[in-house]
Order: sequence, then structure tokens, then C-alpha cells
Amino acid sequence: MCLAIPAKIIKINKNIAEVESYGVKKEIDISLTPDAKKGNFVIVHAGFAIQIIDKKDAATIQNYWKEYLGEKQH
Amino acid sequence: MKSNIKELVEYLNNNKPDHKINIMEVCGTHTMAISRYGLRQLIPESINLISGPGCPVCVTPAGDIDSIIEIAGKYEVSIFTFGDILRVPGSKSSLYNERSEGKDINICYSPADALDFAKNNPERKVIFIAIGFETTIPLTSVIIKRAYREKINNFYIYNTHKLIPEALELLLLDKEVEIDAFLCPGHVSAIIGSKPYNFIAEDYHIPCVISGFEPIDILESIATIIRQINKDISEVDIQYKRVVKEEGNPTAVKLIYEVFDKSDSVWRGLGNIPGSGLKLKKKFLKFDAKTYFPVKRFKSREPAGCECGDVLKGIKKPAECRLFSKICKPENPVGPCMVSSEGSCAAYYKYEKLKV
Repeated sequence: MCLAIPAKIIKINKNIAEVESYGVKKEIDISLTPDAKKGNFVIVHAGFAIQIIDKKDAATIQNYWKEYLGEKQH
Repeated sequence: MKSNIKELVEYLNNNKPDHKINIMEVCGTHTMAISRYGLRQLIPESINLISGPGCPVCVTPAGDIDSIIEIAGKYEVSIFTFGDILRVPGSKSSLYNERSEGKDINICYSPADALDFAKNNPERKVIFIAIGFETTIPLTSVIIKRAYREKINNFYIYNTHKLIPEALELLLLDKEVEIDAFLCPGHVSAIIGSKPYNFIAEDYHIPCVISGFEPIDILESIATIIRQINKDISEVDIQYKRVVKEEGNPTAVKLIYEVFDKSDSVWRGLGNIPGSGLKLKKKFLKFDAKTYFPVKRFKSREPAGCECGDVLKGIKKPAECRLFSKICKPENPVGPCMVSSEGSCAAYYKYEKLKV
């Protein structure tokens, strides 16, 4: 249940950010990561950013997820 | 550190302990990854991976499900919840069955969706089932503070939140449970950091490694544990440095205790664990569904023959339960560990059934 995925912040309006992950755009709450800025990567759990992560680490995690999602489609 | 799976497996084979050691993976997502990638079969037999109580759905007592069903039947309410809990059997029914009977029970992706629904539908009374560990608790804190600030008076939570480190201590004190090391949860630790596990390493001399969820993460974490055991040391290590910082997320932790105080909590299979739960602070009690929608208290009864309790404590593996894969299957689950996609029984059934 504690699943969380990386996403890139595209736009911020107060505590709500538009993020992009695997081509999907979504609004999330960034109250728990007050230092998050446009262009940052965050880990998202149930619609909330819970931690800011490095771009390189985000790419690593995204590659794992791509592999997993690809596997699910077969 | 070794850079690939082959090297890690070689390291484990060359450095395996001469006696059996039990490593408990606390998190349900780890359980699923271990089964899915066949990691149990990759590592030496003397390293025994056992599943712990780290699936929030699995440790929610049947009595809570019964109470929520009672509330849904007695009051005009809209209930919102994460999808996982819908099929968990209570004593007589599940939320899924009740929804089929026409009760207003809805799945939401985020707790914020439930609050938004309440705000947009002031004539409805909305209850969000607040389930989850430290990963999820700060989210509930945010929406409670928002409901308070925006004076949303038709929103409530049915609180079943639970805290992980307190449950781990209970397991260490249980003489039936034999644990030599913990594979600590990744996203819970993204919030609480590594310090809350220090007492386990220092007072109980049990190595703890906070692990990521990929096969290489888990094998690297196991290798770190073996290195500690072979050196006869016990420390808290962070393998999942991509996401977990030593201090965790201080903003999130602060928010938890702005909204909640620690309390006792009953865990399915483990019983009451002092200090392992949370209750809303007095200021926020008006959001407490248990207070505003009173129902009789249900004593939790486990389904006959179900051994989820021992599975959650790592005493038994799923296949050692007499119901496993005979009567209890994902399409007809008897206990919660077969319901949740991250339950140990579901993981064994899906990926390791042929090996038992």
C-alpha cells in the first residue's frame, strides 16, 4: 500500500503542483515537501509528494517502473 | 558494494552464515518483490526470508471492518477508502459486498479526493477510512488541517493508522518469533528516517537495513545484513538512499504530531500494541467518525482455521496454513493476507504456489 512513484514538477500553484510521470499529467499536493520547486523530481504517494529526489535517481526508478509496466502488458 | 545481481548472489554464497538466520521483511511491497523476482530461490537456504506485519490492510482487525459496515448501515454516510481494503472480510461481510448491496462506499486514489467530495457536497456526511502506516499518515494530517481551516464540517475519518517501529519491538519481545535482522520499509522510512530504528540495533542487537524495492536493492540489503552478522555488529543502514534520508521528512513527521497523539492500537494477529496507534488531538476530535457515528464495539474474531496471525508474525509461512490455496485463494480469500495485493499469502499464491 505504501507504493510511491517518481514524477517531475511542471507547475506550482500554492500547495498544488502539476506533475508529469510516464507521460501522464496529474495534480498533486506538495504540502509535505515545502522546498519543492518547478523542475524538481518528487516521490508521489496517494496524490501527495512525500520526498524530493535527484533527477538521476528519478530516472533509475522510472526505468524500473517502465520495465514493470511493460511486463504487466505482456 | 557489488554492482549486479550475479555478484551479490556470489557474495551471499561465499559469505553465508553457518547457521540459519531469519530476516524479516517488514513491508508488503518487499514481500511482493521477493516473491515476484524469485529472490528466495536465488539466495542460500540458510538465509530465511520471513514476512512481517507491514501490510496495513492485513493488520486491520476484522472488528474495524465490522464497525465500518455497521456505520454504513446505520447512518446516511458516503464512505471513501483506498481500494485494497474493500475485499477484506469482516466477521460477516466485506465493504465490497456492502457496496454491491447499495451502500455508498467509494474508492479514492488520494485522501484529498474524499475531502474535495465533502466540500462539494455539503449535504452529505463523508467518512474517509484512514488506513496506513507512517507513509500515509501525514496525508491524513494535511487533509484534517485543511478541513479545520476551511471549516468543512461534514468530513470525518475512521482512523486505523498504525506505527511501524512499535510493532517491531513487540515482535522482538515475542518469544515465539525468531528474528535475526530486519529489512526495513522504504517509504515508511522516507517519512520517519533511520533514527526510529536505532533502538532495535542498539538495545536488541538486531541489524536493520532500509531497503529499496528492486531485486538488486533487496539483495544488496541482504548482503549488508550478512556482513553485519558476520562481523557481529548491528547497525541501521540505509540502502534506499535514492529516497530515504537519515532525518526522513521532518515536515511530514511534525504534521503527524500536530494532528495526532500516540495511542494504543489493535493489530490483526498481533493484538494490542501500546503506543502503536494514533488518536486525533482534542482540537480535531470533531472529525472523528468513531465519536460521531457510534456503533457497538465489535470484538475481532478471526475466521475459523485462518492463520494470518502467525503469518503476520513470521511464525508460519503461508503454505503452512491448512486453508492456503485449498479454500483460501485470491478469488475467495478467507484471511486478509490473501486479500491485499501485498499480503504474504497473495504473494506466495501468485508467484510461489508451485514451489510449495
